[in-house]
Amino acid sequence: MKIKNNIAVSDSGFVFNPATGESFSANPIGMEIMELLKKGTPTQEISNTILEKYETDAPTIDKDLHDFIQILKQYTLIEEHGKA
Amino acid sequence: MEKQRYERPMIKKLESNMPNKFGMRTEYRPMTHIDNVAVKDLIDEYGSPLFVISEKTIRNNIRSARKAFETRYPKVQFAWSYKTNYLDAVCRTFHQEGSWAEVVSGFEYDKALHNGVDGSKIIFNGPDKTEEDLNKAIKNNSLIHIDHLDELYAISEIAPGLNKKAQVAIRVNMDTGIYPMWDRFGFNYENGQAWDALNKIMRTDAMELVGLHTHIGTFMLSPNAYAVAAGKLADLAIGIKDKYGHEIKYIDMGGGFASKNKLKGTYLPGTDINPSVNDFAEAITGALINSNFKPDNLPLLILETGRALIDDAANLLGTVISNKRLSDGRRSTILDVGVNILFTSFWYDHKITPAQPFTQYAEDTVLYGPLCMNIDVIRENISLPLLNKGDHVVIQHVGAYNMTQWMQFITLRPRIVMIDPENNVHVIRERETLDRLLEFEKVPDHLKTFDL
Repeated sequence: MKIKNNIAVSDSGFVFNPATGESFSANPIGMEIMELLKKGTPTQEISNTILEKYETDAPTIDKDLHDFIQILKQYTLIEEHGKA
Repeated sequence: MEKQRYERPMIKKLESNMPNKFGMRTEYRPMTHIDNVAVKDLIDEYGSPLFVISEKTIRNNIRSARKAFETRYPKVQFAWSYKTNYLDAVCRTFHQEGSWAEVVSGFEYDKALHNGVDGSKIIFNGPDKTEEDLNKAIKNNSLIHIDHLDELYAISEIAPGLNKKAQVAIRVNMDTGIYPMWDRFGFNYENGQAWDALNKIMRTDAMELVGLHTHIGTFMLSPNAYAVAAGKLADLAIGIKDKYGHEIKYIDMGGGFASKNKLKGTYLPGTDINPSVNDFAEAITGALINSNFKPDNLPLLILETGRALIDDAANLLGTVISNKRLSDGRRSTILDVGVNILFTSFWYDHKITPAQPFTQYAEDTVLYGPLCMNIDVIRENISLPLLNKGDHVVIQHVGAYNMTQWMQFITLRPRIVMIDPENNVHVIRERETLDRLLEFEKVPDHLKTFDL
């Protein structure tokens, strides 16, 4: 599972999908997660990174990360392994 | 390394030129304190949800309302509308500020007496006054505002037995150019019912006609309707003087002034578009002064303003129970505040502000209450900063009707505290307990035991 290669993420949180022309806005943690997903980082590793950096707990990040990835899928910004 | 404050990840599709029902983001600063008391401390000490009433705001409101009328008209009297909020501490604050009591039931009447209001300063409105209520009100020289002919006949039968003249007014309903016209209470002006009732009163010794009363509607957005109503009551009063040589003592314009809440379906916030008390004062006093009353003999003007004096004096504190995602991708947040204690969420888009710092990111959200009932929706659509489980919110302008129309349903009703002008916090109503509720119930002997 990985952010599609053609998706552009700017430093200010502006996300652009050239395939559809749609644009999005993400908050800093959202951007951070997208950058990690782009590199193909496994979700468990993403959870650990966020947990180390931010004042939160494992169940919260687990729930929020899962929800965030669902939304990325809904916006078709993610490609699953083995799928186009 | 110190950890950074966590905010849940968020991504939002940008849709330029697409208006949506969630509207613009409205919250820019957290509401961390109420009258210098920290919201967090209030919840830690008194629990969540929690109603918080500001005594200072109540006093400011009634003082500025009095000023609005007293600078325009020589004789003004406010009467606190008990049904709007009849907590003793609230009523007594208004009584300390000089307000009489305006009640609409025997229960409220007794509450006013219990609060120490002299019977002659209680205005008794409403369609349901029992024989016992009327007896008490006549004996105490209370101002009885007659709603229908059956009440009028009941008073003519009761008063002679008490060797008292009942002090009465009639409630008059009328066309003031607004919709809906409230014609279910009192006697109609246009079709002659009002005159019929007045003639009956003037021709009996059982009653003394002391005033005329109207109450044209609720959450009124048109001050001019009050000018029309005041003009019509002035015409009646002058007609009575011409016909019977009798002068009434007061004109009671009732209540109904809009507060600063935002009604559902309106686009701009109530603070921007709803008329102020000054606008209503200008309309009413202008109409009375321009009527045919002699300038040196104007009647007392009574106002029964409720909502506009108490709404912004109370906040409801709540806590986030959970964030969920709905099937269509919308964000939903569950609060511990339900419609059972926030009845007015059926009428208003309440302003809701987080009680802790937040970033500039916001999400379109549906706000639900904690009840396992589909109707439990606090806001169908609101653009809110990103809230985490356990975060606190402040629901604003909840002072009118919620603390009287709330119900014990599914959950127990929470505490109410009042912050005094020196910023001391007082519990003015305790939270309900199961034991207290069970005191009302009785179980028949044959249902006391069972085997499962």
